Parts: sequence; structure tokens; C-alpha cells
Amino acid sequence: MPGTTGETLLEIDDLTVRLASGAARPVLDGVSLRVARGESVGLVGESGSGKSVTSRAALGLLPAGATATGTVRVAGDDVLAMPPARLRELRRREAAMVFQDPRASINPVRRVGDFVTEGLRAGGTPARAARKTAEELLEAVGIPDPRRALRRFPHEFSGGMLQRVMIAGALAGGPRLLLADEPTTALDVTTQAEVISILTRLQAERGTGLLFVTHDLDLAAAVCDRIYVMYAGRIVEEQTADGLFARPRHPYTAGLLAATPRMGSAEPPRGVPGRPVSLAENPEGCAFAARCRLAAPECAAERPTLRPVDGVSVACLRAEEPIHD
Amino acid sequence: MTEQPVLAVEGLRKTFGDHAAVDDVSFAVPPGGSLAIVGESGSGKTTTARMLVGLERPSAGRVLVDGADRTAPPRGRTARLARARAIQMVFQDPYLSLDPRVTVADAVEEPLRLHFDLDPAARRARRDELLDRVGLGEREAAALPRRLSGGQRQRVALARALAVEPRALVLDEATSALDVSIQAQIVELLRDLRASLGVAYVFVSHDLSLVRHVADDLLVLRRGRTVEAGRAAAVLDGPRHPYTRLLLDSVPRPGWDPARIAADRRALD
Ligand SMILES: Nc1ncnc2c1ncn2[C@@H]1O[C@H](COP(=O)(O)OP(=O)(O)OP(=O)(O)O)[C@@H](O)[C@H]1O
Ligand SMILES: Nc1ncnc2c1ncn2[C@@H]1O[C@H](COP(=O)(O)OP(=O)(O)O)[C@@H](O)[C@H]1O
Ligand code: SF4
Ligand SMILES: [Mg+2]
Ligand SMILES: [Mg+2]
Repeated sequence: MPGTTGETLLEIDDLTVRLASGAARPVLDGVSLRVARGESVGLVGESGSGKSVTSRAALGLLPAGATATGTVRVAGDDVLAMPPARLRELRRREAAMVFQDPRASINPVRRVGDFVTEGLRAGGTPARAARKTAEELLEAVGIPDPRRALRRFPHEFSGGMLQRVMIAGALAGGPRLLLADEPTTALDVTTQAEVISILTRLQAERGTGLLFVTHDLDLAAAVCDRIYVMYAGRIVEEQTADGLFARPRHPYTAGLLAATPRMGSAEPPRGVPGRPVSLAENPEGCAFAARCRLAAPECAAERPTLRPVDGVSVACLRAEEPIHD
Repeated sequence: MTEQPVLAVEGLRKTFGDHAAVDDVSFAVPPGGSLAIVGESGSGKTTTARMLVGLERPSAGRVLVDGADRTAPPRGRTARLARARAIQMVFQDPYLSLDPRVTVADAVEEPLRLHFDLDPAARRARRDELLDRVGLGEREAAALPRRLSGGQRQRVALARALAVEPRALVLDEATSALDVSIQAQIVELLRDLRASLGVAYVFVSHDLSLVRHVADDLLVLRRGRTVEAGRAAAVLDGPRHPYTRLLLDSVPRPGWDPARIAADRRALD
């Protein structure tokens, strides 16, 4: 499989997560996913498909009361079996998360310096050394006058600047694995480009493994080596970013591509018809069947599993047939 | 002669303290036309949009609706209703723009009650017609907003805006909070509504990739000022201002180089 030749940092195997109550189907259903050292891996899919639950599971964070089967390993250690003290250490040193909305995830009444240094301080780094590291990190993410910035409050920064602060905070513990959950969705396009260039440069310099969550296929392709496509809690396709664009194998992936507006094209984007499968629904066969223009009678009866087709992994009964022209 | 614009602004300006959020902006939208206003965050798009619908009083310049001066925010119920009949606004956040306690059906009936003298049966018929137009059925009509997805809520917001049969809709980042597959559905709906109803749009966005599919004309704002304006296809295919080029380059695509875009952006300052 491409990209897994290096040391594997994140290994999710057959992860199934069920909520405490009320849902007809699991939030995650047999998800397997890998991120190697230095690799950028995309996780794409529409709102509610389970991307955030997947990335949070890498930090041992599950929805309250949820039960999980399967394994989640970071650098070989089973995250779901970790005692709380070990989990805290994992989140401080080995794996860190950059969230979508910096304003909602950084404590507004604490100084930026406290946010960036808290992981280091908790890990025993003396205050002065932590401050120095924080200054270097703010410098690296392009915050002007880092020393002063450390004393300022979140509301004094724009969204783009605050997202840089969050990246600095995530990198402070020197994590080998970075989880970025829609890190630029709240930003405008030029600021997005700045933040992505910072994120990818630091990731390349440090050999960090990156799991990049987004609903934007073009962005995923620009950032990632390899992409997983998720639909209704399952991985439905996995292949290289280039391969995904040249030849999507799952009809949902093809639908996402057609829905993405193309800069140079006069062809308007086409929406994927219908609506996502809610947690209250658990269709018998393929979860995408109600929206799939290739659906055949057997699709409503048999649940497709992820299988190799021409070197690509795809969960579609008709994956051998051409799906676009 | 060209038709009288449904919406025109001349020398529009808005200052907050000594900061000019919008600075000498002029444009005209013909009946059934569509103008996109693009620019980075903070470039003045929303402030412009708010002045168009009378939510903000311009510091200078004029707003004309069907040739009539509407520069001052409307005062009194009659003036407010008249302004609302002409122009409606749809906001970015489908989660905030609907009252959480009001069903979809009632939310769409509300503007009908306010603006038209219909008996209950006629009002319900019109409501169902509007919901049908935006692709919502009986199930959604009976639901509270929290039961709906983001795309469905944005459809409700459109149905409400269309209820008064406005001449123009101001759409402020109306598709930005939606993920791509749903965003494309809403763009299809917007194209269809304009073609069938002849309603004009002012489409505000920071993302140039949708502009060609929603707008005929394009205005690029930077720090409150117009840096480029023209037919959308012409500007997109042959941008003249480096800032327009920067916005175009910023849209992710294969071969996208974020580091170069970041450098170009700094070079513009
Ligand atoms: N703590 C929770 N309690 C109950 N349901 C939850 C919880 N967390 C997630 N869910 C549900 O699980 C499903 C997957 O959620 P998740 O947040 O992973 O989706 P996503 O792909 O990240 O979507 P988005 O793009 O909207 O963030 C959704 O239906 C969501 O409502
Ligand atoms: N009520 C206000 N008071 C002070 N400044 C404001 C106010 N509203 C907007 N601004 C400023 O005006 C500029 C343009 O804002 P806005 O129209 O909201 O831009 P956009 O919608 O393109 O993000 C920004 O610099 C913003 O900070
Ligand atoms: S299994 Fe059938 S319904 Fe599912 S994606 Fe493939 S063709 Fe479509
Ligand atoms: Mg999410
Ligand atoms: Mg705005």
C-alpha cells in the first residue's frame, strides 16, 4: 500500500464506535486507517460522515458514553487501553490536534503565551525555556513580534492569526503526529493558503505525520499524499491523491468531484442528489444506494466491503465498471 | 438604452471611527442580473451588503432601488416593509438565521402574513409552493430548524426571502458554511430560481470558484475599495489587478502552491 513504507505513527484497525443511545447505526463502522512518519493523509467526506470522531479517537477522545471495538495505536501503543495519565502524556507529547474554529477552542480569558506553553509546562519544562520555545514557534508560524504576542489575549488576533497560534500550540510538545480537523474552514481563501503553507512546511521539516480532515477534495489533494473517503461512518475509498482525481472508483467520490467547482471550467458544479444518511437510519445494503446513479438491485441487499481493485481500495459492488467518462 | 438598474450604488462609503470599511464603491445590477462581490475577510463585503438592505447607514454615497433613493435606513413600519419587499438578504450561517422555536412552515408563513393580505388557505398554498420551489417537502415543513441539515436550513432561508417576491436578493456568504456536495445543490437552486423568477442577486463571497456559476458581473474589493470590476468571465479569465490574481491563485487545485500565494500576498502590502 502506498505511503506505509515508513514507520507507522497512527494505526486504526477496524474501529467501530457506537453512541450511548438513540442511533440506529454506529458512528464509525469498521474504520481502518494509517498515517506514516512524514506522511500527509487526507480524510474527506461530508458533514456528519464521522471524520471528527475518527481524528479525535486518535487522541483517545470518544463521544461521552460511546463504546468502541477495534484498536487505535499511536506509535504502536494502544490508545483505547491507556490509563488517564498516559493519555495526558500522549496528548502533550506525541499527538496534537488543530481544530476548525480557533475562537471556540482557545480559552478567551487566558493569554496566548499560557496557551502555547501549557503543554510544555505540564511536561516539566521550566517557565523560561517554555517561553523561549513558544517565541520560536510563534515566529515560525509568522506571528509578528512574538514576545509581545505571548502577552496578548485571543480577541486581539484575527481568525487567521489565531489559527497560527493554535498550530504553534499544537507543535509545542514536539508531536510526531498532527491531527488537523478542518483547520482552515473558518478562514478566507488567501488566509487559508498562508496557514496551509505554514502547516505543510513545519510538517515536512519535522517529519510529522499529518491526518488532514476536510470536506474539500481539492484542498485535500493539494495537501495530501493519500486520501481516505468516508461515507456514513465507513471508509469507502482509499488511494493516492492523484489517483483519486484521475480515476475515482467509488460513485460517491465521483459525486464529490463533480460537486467541486472548477476554476477554469464553464461547467457548473453538480450537487450529489439526496441527503446524507442520518444516524437514525441504517440502510440494509450499501449506505450510498439511495443517492447512487449506478445502484443495482443487489446494492440494496449486499453491504460492500473495502477491497482492492487495481491497486486501489474501494467499497463498491460495481467498482470494476467505469463510473465516469 | 439599458434598463433602469434594480439596484445601484454611487460613491458608497462607510467609516467606523477613522477607518473606512467601504470607500467610494459604485455598481449597478440590472433586473434579473447577478453581481458577485469578492474579497478577503475584512475587505468590506458585508458592510456593503448591509447598506444595500438598509441595516447600515452609509457615511456618504447613495443607494438606489428601482431608481428611488433608499440611502437612509427606512423609518417606520411602512417604509421598512417597502424596503423589505424590494430587497431581501440571506446570511452565511444557516444555524443562526432561523428562530429555533418556529417550525419551517411557520417561518415561511411569517413574511407572507406580514406583507400580503391572504386568507389562511391561500397562505398555506403559497407556503407549500415556496417550500416546493426550494426542494423541501411536508416532512421538513413540520420540523423545527434543529432537525434540519445546514443545506436544508439554507433552503428555508431562501424560501422565506423569496416569499415577498423581492426584486433582488443579497446573499452574504450564503453557501460558505456548507460542504461541497450541498453547496453545489444550493448553487443549482440559485441558478434555477434566477432563471425562473427573474430575481437579481448580489452574491458576496471570498471564494472565486463559484462566481462564474452564479454571477454575470464581478466586483473585487480590497480594503474597502474596488480594485477591479467587469463581466465575471472576462475578469476570471484575464484578471488585471494583482490582487484579483492572488484571489484566483488562492483557490486550491492540483499543483496549488500555498507558499507562493503567501509570498505574493505579502508582496502586495
Ligand atoms: N458526542 C456526540 N454525541 C452524539 N452524537 C455525536 C457526538 N459526536 C458526533 N456525533 C454524531 O456522529 C456523527 C459523525 O460526527 P462527526 O462530528 O465525526 O462528523 P464530521 O464528518 O466531522 O462532520 P462535520 O463536517 O459536520 O464536522 C454525526 O451524526 C454526529 O452528529
Ligand atoms: N461595527 C463596526 N465597528 C468597527 N469596525 C467595523 C464594524 N463593522 C465592520 N468593521 C470593519 O470594517 C471592515 C470591513 O468589515 P466587513 O464589511 O465586515 O468585511 P467582510 O464582510 O468582507 O469580512 C473591517 O476592517 C472591519 O473590522
Ligand atoms: S455498491 Fe452499488 S449503490 Fe453502492 S456505491 Fe457501488 S454501485 Fe452505488
Ligand atoms: Mg467535523
Ligand atoms: Mg463578511
